[in-house]
Amino acid sequence: MLKALVKLTLPALLVASGGLQANEDGSTLETVKEKGFLSCGVNTGLPGFASPDDKGKWSGMDVDVCRGVAAAVLGNADKVKYIPLTAKERFTALQSGEIDVLSRNTTWTLTRDASLGLNFAGVAYYDGQGFMVSKDLGVTSAKQLDGAAVCIQSGTTTELNLADYFRTNGMKYQPVVFDTSDGTAKGFDSGRCDVLTSDQSQLYALRLRLSKPDKAVVLPEVISKEPLGPLVRQGDDQWFNIVKWSLSAMINAEELKVTSANIDKMKSSTNPSIKRLLGIEGPKGKGMGLNDDWSYQVIKQVGNYGEIFENNVGEGSPLKIERGLNALWSDGGILYAPPFR
Amino acid sequence: MLLRLWRDPAWRAVFFQVLLIALVFLGGAWIVNNTLTNLESRGISTGFDFLSQTAGFGINQTLIEYDESFSFMHTFVVGLLNTLLVSSLGVLFATVLGFLMGVARLSSNWLLAKIAAVYIEIFRNIPLLLQIFFWYFAVLGVLPSPRQSISLFDSVFLNVRGVFFPAPVLDSGGMVAFWAFLAAVVIVGVIVLLNRRQRKNTGRPLPWIKTISLAVLLGLPTLSFWLTNGSLHWDFPALKGFNFRGGVGLLPELVALWFALTIYTAAFIAEVVRSGIESVSKGQKEAAAALGLRPGRVMNLVVIPQAMRVIIPPLTNQYLNLIKNSSLATAIGYPDLVNVFAGTTLNQTGQAIEVIAMTMAVYLTISLTVSLLMNMYNRWVALVER
Repeated sequence: MLKALVKLTLPALLVASGGLQANEDGSTLETVKEKGFLSCGVNTGLPGFASPDDKGKWSGMDVDVCRGVAAAVLGNADKVKYIPLTAKERFTALQSGEIDVLSRNTTWTLTRDASLGLNFAGVAYYDGQGFMVSKDLGVTSAKQLDGAAVCIQSGTTTELNLADYFRTNGMKYQPVVFDTSDGTAKGFDSGRCDVLTSDQSQLYALRLRLSKPDKAVVLPEVISKEPLGPLVRQGDDQWFNIVKWSLSAMINAEELKVTSANIDKMKSSTNPSIKRLLGIEGPKGKGMGLNDDWSYQVIKQVGNYGEIFENNVGEGSPLKIERGLNALWSDGGILYAPPFR
Repeated sequence: MLLRLWRDPAWRAVFFQVLLIALVFLGGAWIVNNTLTNLESRGISTGFDFLSQTAGFGINQTLIEYDESFSFMHTFVVGLLNTLLVSSLGVLFATVLGFLMGVARLSSNWLLAKIAAVYIEIFRNIPLLLQIFFWYFAVLGVLPSPRQSISLFDSVFLNVRGVFFPAPVLDSGGMVAFWAFLAAVVIVGVIVLLNRRQRKNTGRPLPWIKTISLAVLLGLPTLSFWLTNGSLHWDFPALKGFNFRGGVGLLPELVALWFALTIYTAAFIAEVVRSGIESVSKGQKEAAAALGLRPGRVMNLVVIPQAMRVIIPPLTNQYLNLIKNSSLATAIGYPDLVNVFAGTTLNQTGQAIEVIAMTMAVYLTISLTVSLLMNMYNRWVALVER
């Protein structure tokens, strides 16, 4: 009798589990359109990349990537719900479906691409790891840091690069690990550690948070490659393409000198590349399940890559970071996006 | 045949129990199967292979040998040992402080009783996390930099990076002293047994029992060390480059967590102790006093042994709370199991389910072990009815 019971229930349970799986694999595009906003995972607070102002309005490079995707999908860059995440929480939040896109200064690495079930949709910022020390120490090179206490954020590639760097240079260090980048800045400020290490862009941002910003210097050494970009879940190629091409639209717009200010004038341009970029001719949005004016909305509402860079981290911001690697390939940088064709 | 079995209530009961177990088991199997299928369809790695991969990150307090080239399994052990270290320090000191405060609260000395009452009411009513932050940021975080350390006789140093003590280093004769100490422990054990027999037979303990035991414990290792020409020197901490090297250093994270856990839990233990002492009826104390026992002996021989029966079960709960609360370490970056293994390791490997399952299993094992030991102790002190 028991056997019969198991025979009856087992297939039933298997069917039930199969049904559940099918439900969860819905298209992200449909989900986002249905709920009417984009859930975007961002940093808990990093000036220039993602930080809320006193009215709770988010701004930054990473935030503008989210806004670009929302403009492409929903036609409104403001329909984004920002979910602040620590470095430790970020991948689980995306894997579990709590967020649709993770745009949180995340370094593109093999492990993250291959074993987390996630895909990087491109590079939004080329960064590298650096060190910040207090001026009083009189240190001029990272090679003089033997025996130093180093503040780092847990769960980052920084933690691994740091260990590699000190080991290859035969130096010792004492890691002091914090959960948030804000925590590392506080630890550095209170003197708990001699050195603060992070991506260089973050060092400039965190320096503004110190009680005496001009007492700290960023050392010249860059010890790693840190290509930062947005991520999506594996297995939804349509959504992957949407995020990838929203970013590409911004970079292509800068290359073609289309800005949020002149875009309406550019609509009457005779340049075929611009016509394709704005969806007047060429492939348009159908292939990705979007409206034909998706790229127009991205550039109009958010701006091209150059505008985003200048407003958030460049000359128009307190950070004043130079374009460097993040200049267009035609201007001496390595920023390069596939063509709209 | 089946119908007859069905009508038998005993058989029916067995049938439903088997059915229930089968359903629970199938439910569990379904959850596991569903999880594995979903993880695979999303391209997320599973299994425990990651434990043998190279960790590649540093940890600032390791009780065993560890560096970046060790495996993720080692990060698990390092984190586990750090959790055990802060938990055992916390349990030990919270017990002592808790007992002192509990007894003090019942003291006939007005000032002492009030101080204990104020201590208990303040520290058990402030959230533990805030207390950890208080010790870490407000007390230890404002200490001077290593170059301006507060020093005591130039051998103990206190600064924002922690506390540094000189460490004794045995050059030779260390093993002899160690074996001599073990021998002393055995001898003291024998003395205690002899004393017990003596008291049972004659009603009087052996004279000078405590002094003799202490002398054996301390004297034997010292004597053997001296006789074998053992030598010892002190390793003083000294400022070299950025930080102090040499000696023994306590991280400010460890100190903050240890203080906060001790002081918070001791407030609860004090109340447990008080309730235990008050549960012993007044008549017992009066009877003991009538027999001519001095107040100290009344406490030691009559009140405490009876109070222990009431104290042990809630005390066990406090120990378990303390051990589990030690996972708040992650808030100030003390490298405990949750911070190192369920934090960094989880993030570097992305295998949340395996890592969290291992971490939960550890806390469950520690808690069950502590409960088991405390239950054994409880059975030992329980009133034996005759």
